[in-house]
Amino acid sequence: MKTDLIVRLILLLPLLGALVNGLVPLFLPRFRRKEGLIGAIGTAVVAIPFALAVYLFATYGGDPVVANYFTWLQAGDLSVDFAYRVDELSLIMLLVVTGVGSLIHVYSTGYMHGDPGYWRFFAYLNLFIFAMLNLILANNLLVLFLGWEGVGLCSYLLIGFWYTDLKNSAAANKAFIVNRVGDFAFLMAMFLIFQQVGSLSFDVLLDLGQPGGSVSMSSTALLWAVGLLFIGATGKSAQIPLFVWLPDAMAGPTPVSALIHAATMVTSGLYLLARLSPLVLGAPEIMVAIGVIGALTSFMAATIAIAQNDIKKVLAYSTVSQLGYMFMAAGVGAFFVSIFHVVTHAFFKACLFLGSGSVIHAMEHVEHDLEDKGHDMSDFDPQDMRTMGGLKQYMPSTSKTYLLATMAISGIPLFAGFFSKDEILFKAFAYGYDGHPYAWMVWGLGIVTAALTAFYMTRSYILTFEGTPRWPEADTVHAHESASSMTIPLWILGGLSVVGGFIGLPAVIAHGKWNWIHHYLGMEYGGPVAEAAMNAHVPLALEWGLIALSALIAVGTVAFAWRAYKAHGVAYDETLKQRLGGLYRVFRGKYYWDEFYDRTVVGPLIHRGARKVLAPFDARIVDGIVNGLAILSQYISRLLGKLQTGVVQTYALAFVVGVTLVVYLMIFG
Amino acid sequence: MEVALNWYLALGALLFTIGTLGVLFKRNAIVLLMSIELMLNAVNLTLVAFSQFMGDADGQILVLFSIAVAAAEAAVGLAIVIAIFRGKSTVDITEINLFKH
Repeated sequence: MKTDLIVRLILLLPLLGALVNGLVPLFLPRFRRKEGLIGAIGTAVVAIPFALAVYLFATYGGDPVVANYFTWLQAGDLSVDFAYRVDELSLIMLLVVTGVGSLIHVYSTGYMHGDPGYWRFFAYLNLFIFAMLNLILANNLLVLFLGWEGVGLCSYLLIGFWYTDLKNSAAANKAFIVNRVGDFAFLMAMFLIFQQVGSLSFDVLLDLGQPGGSVSMSSTALLWAVGLLFIGATGKSAQIPLFVWLPDAMAGPTPVSALIHAATMVTSGLYLLARLSPLVLGAPEIMVAIGVIGALTSFMAATIAIAQNDIKKVLAYSTVSQLGYMFMAAGVGAFFVSIFHVVTHAFFKACLFLGSGSVIHAMEHVEHDLEDKGHDMSDFDPQDMRTMGGLKQYMPSTSKTYLLATMAISGIPLFAGFFSKDEILFKAFAYGYDGHPYAWMVWGLGIVTAALTAFYMTRSYILTFEGTPRWPEADTVHAHESASSMTIPLWILGGLSVVGGFIGLPAVIAHGKWNWIHHYLGMEYGGPVAEAAMNAHVPLALEWGLIALSALIAVGTVAFAWRAYKAHGVAYDETLKQRLGGLYRVFRGKYYWDEFYDRTVVGPLIHRGARKVLAPFDARIVDGIVNGLAILSQYISRLLGKLQTGVVQTYALAFVVGVTLVVYLMIFG
Repeated sequence: MEVALNWYLALGALLFTIGTLGVLFKRNAIVLLMSIELMLNAVNLTLVAFSQFMGDADGQILVLFSIAVAAAEAAVGLAIVIAIFRGKSTVDITEINLFKH
């Protein structure tokens, strides 16, 4: 089969699914109850593209294939095609998005069962996949931006999916508005690049960083362009200062949290940087910012995660933290390692989120059962880990897969997360060794964060699954394992969390011969992802030492947290609170970022600014113009109305005057 | 003394002007119609004068047409005036502003 046709199918199938699932039930309400059919269509239009992606991957020849369908825009010097690019980078992302995406679709058929908006959910989810595929397959910045905005829209729709609750709508708005800040920067970067280079196509842009490239850009312009792109990336990928929307985004259904806010959309900022890595390498000042901001975000989010009790909030801050890791790697020039972590993170974080969804499902049933027994459940929160405990005995599949993913994210050796995280830390260390002192700080924060990650994830596992149940009447009211449509995806993702790391074995083993992902993406093999030159090779012994260090930190911290929480349960949080003192309050208060924004932006700018400036402007200027126009036309019509006397003689007079004038002009004019 | 073309034209213009002023400023609809007749006849006079001056019968034929049309117009015009008088009991044209409504 021709690549053109395959890419077309991969793109259009999810769109078709979105149209069928979105429009048919809209006009045929009877169709809404056919959950089986809707779920099958929704899943098939993602699973088939996955199969096609596997075929593309298996037959990929090593040269980027560009599928150009038609010219989208043609205005002056600007010409934008609907062109898609299949290369190593987009193939990997394609496999992750459609692969993890299909699993989450299967899971959703179970999770959303019985929801009145079942059809709407699948329509949005398919639309999201379509937008995400546009983003990763694009061959120019504008098509990428189309997907970029598309995933933003779907994220908005899905966060606010249960829109009858005002809180969810507020969270959706927050995500949308915060992302606009980043998108604005992205747009500015695009304008700047077009103004400087005259093209938005990746064929041209990737040539920009090459020594013998045909196009060039002044270094100041490049600095600004990369800086603005980075700001755009901080919005989508939830980095300081634009991360505040992601934890709130957990208001959406849990499969959405897994798909959009952990595995796919939030990594698009990283994808953008990796895609344009030759440009990014041309702006070393911005790379410092990327590395440092990534490290700070990673550390900050990990500390917040320690003090969260909502199981999904822990995972949300964990995602922010892991995204920070990916930015750390990009900041030290190791773009392929960020993509490596994107892949492994997609496996274990999707597994964790889906596991938490399974738990929430079970806890909601517990809530209903207790309500039936006459308990007042108005204060009960099915997402609060303090009410859980002991779920291991009721939910064997969920607990085991959650444990596997916890081990993976904590960096226990041989699990997926160990390889990618260790590689990030190693690259940061090596970059520092190579004479970039900021990389030391990145590395240091990364090591601390690794310990924090192992701690809060172990805490979340034990509080949820170990010990004894903490809800009322636990001896008679039991939780139940979820349906197999939910546990099978969990097992697949759990398995991937274990073996996923083997695509990138560290360099110390056989001189990096088995670091498949590096060979696949890396620059020296002509791949799409550039890599900063690392001349100084860290001695082999030091490399082994670093690996041993991160393994020791992970195992040590997990063992510590395991013992502490296993012995004391929720009570250990109190000990933690006392040990950390004021710091704990800061963690618990999420560093008061929301309050900070309320005071500095929302309050003065939105509320007061709107009242003092915008409201008068609206009342006087806008209303004035509109009303003024109305009054003016009224006045003119009244003036002209006077001419209409209805008396024949007046008309005749006008006629005579006109004729006289014409005759005068004919004779004397 | 030979009456020159100018004299006829001047008389025609004078009659036409009187007719026009009558149409514009008289209030009685009957007088209005008479004024229109006056204007038509001023034109007829001019046509006949030109016809005589140029030794061409075309102008006289036009005059016959115009007299026929004027007769028809007077009949219709009077009928309208009578119909309006039945409805409004007046032929004062300033009172009749039906065009406005």
